[in-house]
Amino acid sequence: MRVHIRYFASVREIVGLSQEIHDLPETVQTVGQARDWLRAQGGRYAVAMAADKPLRMACNQVMCDAQTPLSPGCEVAFFPPVTGG
Amino acid sequence: MVPITVRIQTAPFDQAAELQALRAGRHDVGAIASFVGLCRDHHPGACAPGHVQAMELEHYPGMTEQAIQGMVAQAQARWPLLGVTVIHRVGPLLPGDDIVLVAVASAHRAAAFAACEFLMDYLKTQAPFWKKETTPEGGHWVDARESDDAALRRWGVASDNAA
Repeated sequence: MRVHIRYFASVREIVGLSQEIHDLPETVQTVGQARDWLRAQGGRYAVAMAADKPLRMACNQVMCDAQTPLSPGCEVAFFPPVTGG
Repeated sequence: MVPITVRIQTAPFDQAAELQALRAGRHDVGAIASFVGLCRDHHPGACAPGHVQAMELEHYPGMTEQAIQGMVAQAQARWPLLGVTVIHRVGPLLPGDDIVLVAVASAHRAAAFAACEFLMDYLKTQAPFWKKETTPEGGHWVDARESDDAALRRWGVASDNAA
């Protein structure tokens, strides 16, 4: 499934990209599985999405959790806890 | 029709003009409560004044505005509001600069105070903004605080942003 992935703040800096397109394998069906798949790519992804660091996620510009299902063409975002205001 | 203004901008805002806009030509508004968040130069108790030299604020264009609109709708469902303005700055900021304005108009002060605080608590933990501070040791991303989640939970809204 082809999805649009965006990164923000410290995650963006570590990954070294603000967005990219990925063709995910069929086994990847949720936002959490997309995170796990990226982490398994190793290198900067493994650092940005290390299991011991809090990571927040959104699907189609709405905050979501790891169980949220992906759909073809959806926009997934990964970022650290928010700190505005 | 209740006027709702949500803006994300790099430019400073004029607090007086924004408050005036909430009441201009109206006789139903009995109270306006507002909050302004500022860029400060230190963390109380954690470092000396002047430690934070600058700040950079990042957001998620599109999602941020949508998230704030959703928060305003929730506030409207809880209190009888007559107008809401939320302005949040992004980009480079310096100590002393304004970061955020939340202003709420209502017929009575209780709803205005409560909705203003509710919106700020919501914004701190649920709106996609991120702060990066510049200090003498370099740049670092600000950590989310559990106390901000606790502030939102007081309103009966689940929040585990910092967890």
